[in-house]
Amino acid sequence: MRLLEIRQLRAGFNVYGGTLKVLNGVNLHLNEGEKVGLVGETGCGKTTTAKSTLKILPEPPAEVFGGEILFNGTDVLPLGQKEMRKIHATGISMIFQDPTASLNPVFTIGDQLRDTIRYAGIDGHITKKEIHERAVLSLRDVHLPDPERMLKNYPIQLSGGMRQRICIAMALATQSQLLIADEPTTSLDVTIQAQVLRLLGELVEQKETSTILITHSLGVVREWTQRVYVMYAGSMVETAQTADLFNNPLHPYTEGLMKAVPRLTGEGIAEGISGRIPDYLNPPGGCRFHPRCPHVMKICREEKPPYFTVDADHQVACFLFKG
Amino acid sequence: MAGKKKKDSHTWEKVKKSWYQFSKNPLSIIGATIVFLIMCLAIFAPFVAPYPEHAGNFVDFSNASRPPSLHHLFGTDVFGRDILSRVFFGFRFSLVMGFVVISLTAPVGVTLGLIAGYMKGTWVDTLVMRLTDIFVAVPPLVLALAVTSILKPSVFNAMMAVSLMWWPWYCRLVYGISSSIKNEFFVQAAEVTGSGKLHIIFREILPNCFGPIFTKISLDMGWVILIGSALSFVGLGAQPPTPDLGTMVADGAKYMPDQWWMAVFPAFAIMFVVFGFNILGDGIRDMLEVEEG
Amino acid sequence: MHSIFVLFGLSILVFLIARVMPGDPARMALGPRAPEKVVQKFREDLHLNKPIYVQYYYWLKGALRGDFGTSLFTKRSVAEDIREFFPATLELMLFTGIVMSVMGILLGVLSARHANKWQDNLVRVVSYMGVCTPAFVFAILFLLLFGYVLNLLPTIGRLSPWIDHPRKITGFMTIDSLIAGNFTAFWDALKHLIMPGLALALGPMAQEARITRSSMTENLQRDFIALERSQAIPERRIMSRYLMRISIIPTVSVLGLDFASQLGWAFLVELIFNWPGISRYGINVMLHKDLNAIVAVIMIIGLMFLVVNIIVDIIVAWIDPRIRLGAERST
Repeated sequence: MRLLEIRQLRAGFNVYGGTLKVLNGVNLHLNEGEKVGLVGETGCGKTTTAKSTLKILPEPPAEVFGGEILFNGTDVLPLGQKEMRKIHATGISMIFQDPTASLNPVFTIGDQLRDTIRYAGIDGHITKKEIHERAVLSLRDVHLPDPERMLKNYPIQLSGGMRQRICIAMALATQSQLLIADEPTTSLDVTIQAQVLRLLGELVEQKETSTILITHSLGVVREWTQRVYVMYAGSMVETAQTADLFNNPLHPYTEGLMKAVPRLTGEGIAEGISGRIPDYLNPPGGCRFHPRCPHVMKICREEKPPYFTVDADHQVACFLFKG
Repeated sequence: MAGKKKKDSHTWEKVKKSWYQFSKNPLSIIGATIVFLIMCLAIFAPFVAPYPEHAGNFVDFSNASRPPSLHHLFGTDVFGRDILSRVFFGFRFSLVMGFVVISLTAPVGVTLGLIAGYMKGTWVDTLVMRLTDIFVAVPPLVLALAVTSILKPSVFNAMMAVSLMWWPWYCRLVYGISSSIKNEFFVQAAEVTGSGKLHIIFREILPNCFGPIFTKISLDMGWVILIGSALSFVGLGAQPPTPDLGTMVADGAKYMPDQWWMAVFPAFAIMFVVFGFNILGDGIRDMLEVEEG
Repeated sequence: MHSIFVLFGLSILVFLIARVMPGDPARMALGPRAPEKVVQKFREDLHLNKPIYVQYYYWLKGALRGDFGTSLFTKRSVAEDIREFFPATLELMLFTGIVMSVMGILLGVLSARHANKWQDNLVRVVSYMGVCTPAFVFAILFLLLFGYVLNLLPTIGRLSPWIDHPRKITGFMTIDSLIAGNFTAFWDALKHLIMPGLALALGPMAQEARITRSSMTENLQRDFIALERSQAIPERRIMSRYLMRISIIPTVSVLGLDFASQLGWAFLVELIFNWPGISRYGINVMLHKDLNAIVAVIMIIGLMFLVVNIIVDIIVAWIDPRIRLGAERST
């Protein structure tokens, strides 16, 4: 049984002028022990997908229109708050993109970390002493100096890199089965990014946590993940083993992405992809990429392409590869 | 010539856009309507009021202390004067007070704030801000009361007193904007190209303050009128037989609860004015904020 | 601390204004029939013939000792007057302060919890009106409604005439009655407090409710709340602890200013309810141009405002570590 399976998820936001139909049938799965990447440009719906999985989207204005999210075989969408809490406790945890926004500024690190640990073990009883010890331990895991003192600090006193480490510590302290890391290094300095990524890699290996790493950087995906999904405008356009994807990008969008990365070997200026991401209030029909696609065909404007299997684990959602 | 024309049409576009934004909010329209209504009533009071002569030294004891009726919608006071008419005339005083105080305090406060903000860190800054602090240390009404009490009670003196303690708020508002803007590039650019200080202050910095200043003015009108009526209520503003809303409330309060209409209607009138200006001010602020944001 | 400087500046300002007044204070105090010699001596005693800065010097000397001169109105020392009337105002303002902050925040929370539903809309409309209405209008309406029409609450003063005053320990009618064990007096004193206190409290209460509501709804969208939810922290705990603490910061910051403006309106409210406090005293001395007293009253009010502001600043800094520690770090 797959650890996580998202089937045809459609979701969006009800705003003043209408509805933003962001997620347009997301299909994605994760097996236990895998390190999967989710790559796409800003605004394509990666975070919305992640937050939907945890059901932490602000319900007005957000709304789920259809689809299933199966965690360990159970659909979480219809679950109530109580059942969802069990999943939050030991099932799935998340790291957000901006560590400064993730931490409540008026509480100490200790306060927030201790609460995380305390409510992770919903059924069992855990003493204050144990909570404290686990907190210190989790801070040590992320290589933060002087954990005892760190617990008394407030977020304002720390650097961005430290704050992100704390978020990682909080996410992993509960020994969840699945970790969703939403652009964990994007808001950090370049020099710190590598460190944090390496740390994250070590920890998920150690704790055997299955991970979905969300990023807009192809470089990160290449280094870190075993399998990857490419996302555009609310649905997946291609998925493959990481090495395969880089050797053999199939979808026109993926190709465009690869070409858009500037190379150090001086082959001229990188090409961008012409056009812009669609307006979610009135998204294009059929395949949402068709307005920008150099190989667009008639059917692309009418129908949304399903996954077509090209190779083992390599699937493309593009009519070019039909049959 | 052509250049100037283009600029005018651009400004006109902006005005039209702002008006569209403003009109989308139903509350703002209500506020604007209320204010407009009050202004009309005030300006045309002699023509619109049912008994305009009651605004002055009028006495008719046979008709005194009558409850609201068809003849006198708000009833009459102890002198037999129609309260509705007096309320209309009362609007006049309120509006005049508002206009006078704001036209005095805004320019002074704004100028001082601009200068102090631009010269942040110098003795000019310290002096002006300390001065502002002193005036602000006392709740607004208290200082106005004190000053008016020392001078002879009259509408004019009340206006002076309120002006005296009102200017610091404009000063502070503009100071904040001015001191933060002065380090922006366009100001530095102007300095480097040798523009005079006055030019910089009035042509570069000031336009950026217009939005908040304008918002504040619209919100302030209501508050100034309120404070003015509070002063009259205590007896330190308009003197009898002048129909001022505050005085009317005070006079009427003496005859509570039996002749409740004498105090209640003027009180509601005050609320009405403040309410109107407040909504209008909120609407203007929303409109300006959307533009900038 | 520059607050001390401000107080000084204030005293100078008020003093100047007071002395610049037209008319002859000595004659006004003693009346037109007093013989010229007495008036002359009076002038000398009060140093009224000397230049202004000398007058200020004498005043300051006295003030620092606690002597604010004699009131021309009550013919007693101003300090004594203040001691008598101040506790009444303090009691009223404390009542007002508690009601406006506690109720204001509660209403704001209610509004935010049921955002966009009828509870919220009701609170929003009512608080909008509340913000626009001056305290004295509320006072009159209450007087009419609760005092006369419904005859529920007493309308004058602090204590009904048929009840014995409890022994004066704190000067607070309510607390003193409790100390004396006199529950009838306590209840009566409380009933007297309700109308003036509520009249003063409603405006700021509405304001606090609005600010709290918008602060809460804004914070609800923030990432840290989402994260806390994903960490299986019970919703109740998130609301009452994590959301609350950060959301009331803007409200508390405004409390000081709102309180100050109510200090001003207290002048009218005390007058309407015949509350024997320092504001009513202030109005009386102002109407009688009693210079010493006027200056003293302004100073006291200014001091109250200052103290409240300092307290509010301390509270905000205590809640919000970004203010306490923010200056040190910037990432």
